Amino acid sequence: MLRVYLEVIRIRFLMMLAYRVYYYSGVINYSLNIGVYYFLWNAVYGGATSLNGMTAVQMATYIAVTWMSRAFYFNNLDYEIAAEIREGQVAVQLIRPYQYLLVKAAESLGEGLFRLLLFSAPGLIIVSLVLPIQLPSFGSVWMKFALSLFLGFLINVQVNLLIGVLTFFFLNNQGLLRAKRVLVDLLSGVVIPIPFYPEWAQAILSFLPFQAISYLPSITLVKGLDGESFIQAIGIQLIWVLVLCLPILVLWAIAKKRMTVQGG
Amino acid sequence: MLSICARGLTKEFRVFQSRSGLLGAFRDLWNRNYRIIRAVDHIDLEIYQGEMVGYIGENGAGKSTTIKMLTGILEPTSGDLTVNGYHPHRQRREFVKTIGVVFGQRSQLWWDIAVKESFRLLQKVYRVHDEQYEKHLRRMIEVMDIGNLLDQPVRKLSLGQRMRCELVAALIHQPSLLFLDEPTIGLDVLVKDNIRRFLKEINQEFRTTILLTTHDLSDIEALCSRVIMLDQGRIIYDGDLQRLRSKWGSGKKIHLAVEENVSLKQLEKYTEGLAVTWSKRTERKVSAVLNHDTPVSKVLACLVERIPIQEVQIEEDSTEEIVRKIYQGGETNA
Repeated sequence: MLRVYLEVIRIRFLMMLAYRVYYYSGVINYSLNIGVYYFLWNAVYGGATSLNGMTAVQMATYIAVTWMSRAFYFNNLDYEIAAEIREGQVAVQLIRPYQYLLVKAAESLGEGLFRLLLFSAPGLIIVSLVLPIQLPSFGSVWMKFALSLFLGFLINVQVNLLIGVLTFFFLNNQGLLRAKRVLVDLLSGVVIPIPFYPEWAQAILSFLPFQAISYLPSITLVKGLDGESFIQAIGIQLIWVLVLCLPILVLWAIAKKRMTVQGG
Repeated sequence: MLSICARGLTKEFRVFQSRSGLLGAFRDLWNRNYRIIRAVDHIDLEIYQGEMVGYIGENGAGKSTTIKMLTGILEPTSGDLTVNGYHPHRQRREFVKTIGVVFGQRSQLWWDIAVKESFRLLQKVYRVHDEQYEKHLRRMIEVMDIGNLLDQPVRKLSLGQRMRCELVAALIHQPSLLFLDEPTIGLDVLVKDNIRRFLKEINQEFRTTILLTTHDLSDIEALCSRVIMLDQGRIIYDGDLQRLRSKWGSGKKIHLAVEENVSLKQLEKYTEGLAVTWSKRTERKVSAVLNHDTPVSKVLACLVERIPIQEVQIEEDSTEEIVRKIYQGGETNA
């Protein structure tokens, strides 16, 4: 069965190659974002060396790493599932002997790997030449980052699956999809690092899965988390991976029972 | 062996019924009215291995809903259903390995990548061994003449080209049961012929059971030995095409042009003992309506020696006319 999912990953990789313009526009989009947020935070720091426990250099590094990580974990799985449900294409998915949601997850991994190899890695090298950022030298911290980033990817996929499957119940949930996209960027620490939120907001965020998508992996690399704090970060991510399985499986089971196929 | 066995198969949908007007729209926000629609209503089906069955009915008769239950996509509201020995919905992942499905209006190939990549992915999905895959696929590619399409992405194919590829894709794992939901919709005559020939071949060679829904009755005439007709979710006819004709078609008609004037009395005398009704259209043109069991040859045999005939024309209701009659008349006439 694993071979099927490997093949799915490969196919998605090919599909990404088929859309080069989409890829190039992504490069521009991400460089702009990194630039904008770099100068914005530069202004916020205004010469101060450290704010909320982050130095200016750490902040610049955080911005670069966060956006390059986002290139890896970000995908439009929720939109794709919603479209397949709306157009009735889900019928075709169900006549194949595989787990629809797992295949979707594998597809997004193919997409993520494509962007990691052709986008994030070279991008991070280029950014490190242009902006004054400090990446740790190659060593165990990169392995920790890789593990944490992969878990962040899984959690993002799960959130997307959950929102996507909700389409079965609402049939048109464009609003929800859009709100989710903004919320994930805002609450996962891409737009504002978690320590810059007020205390009460931080308390709430610590009970939400979003910080585990982006903030935890990025901070693992930027601050070089080790020992107990790293174990704690990974632990939080693992818990979310497990917890999120439950609503997805329940909703999917109900959805399959109540399924109506749109459009004949 | 039974491919499909259904008893009292029923599917109901709950549809939201909106109230009219602005006020109604506001009331819909608080409580909604639902209506139960029974798309498929207690149907019994028995289809044996190797049969080719045409499943016809008006739009909205419940054909597609039935297919979706038979393929495991929808769960029946009630009734027993066994297909290829499985319960399609509950044992979906095991079951779908034994069937192939072509939806004429949806593509099951991956839109943005080359056709052969789709085939390869399907090979992995169905876990077909390389050797068997190569052999089987090469032959299908040859018969369907899609060899030069394999490197193109699906989105660049014409409908006819895509449909041939779809059919090959549905058969990669050599399923014992093939569902075709309007497979020839929008195709030209040549492609239709090609597809029909191919279907006949695999049916004969592998004894593949084929269930076909279509609005094009020439598909059925070309392929199916058996027709099941659905109306408002219920089966109103199940049997061979020949019987459908004789049951609902008016009998054959013979039109004659004769050299000299003959009276109806004379004609009736010549064909005495045969169930024939004569009528005269013009001076030298007469017509006979035959009962179902009166052979044309016998009627002609009675006449040729007695009157000089210039021209003979034999007319028969087309399947399409018969089906139109049934659709219009609904179940009461059937």
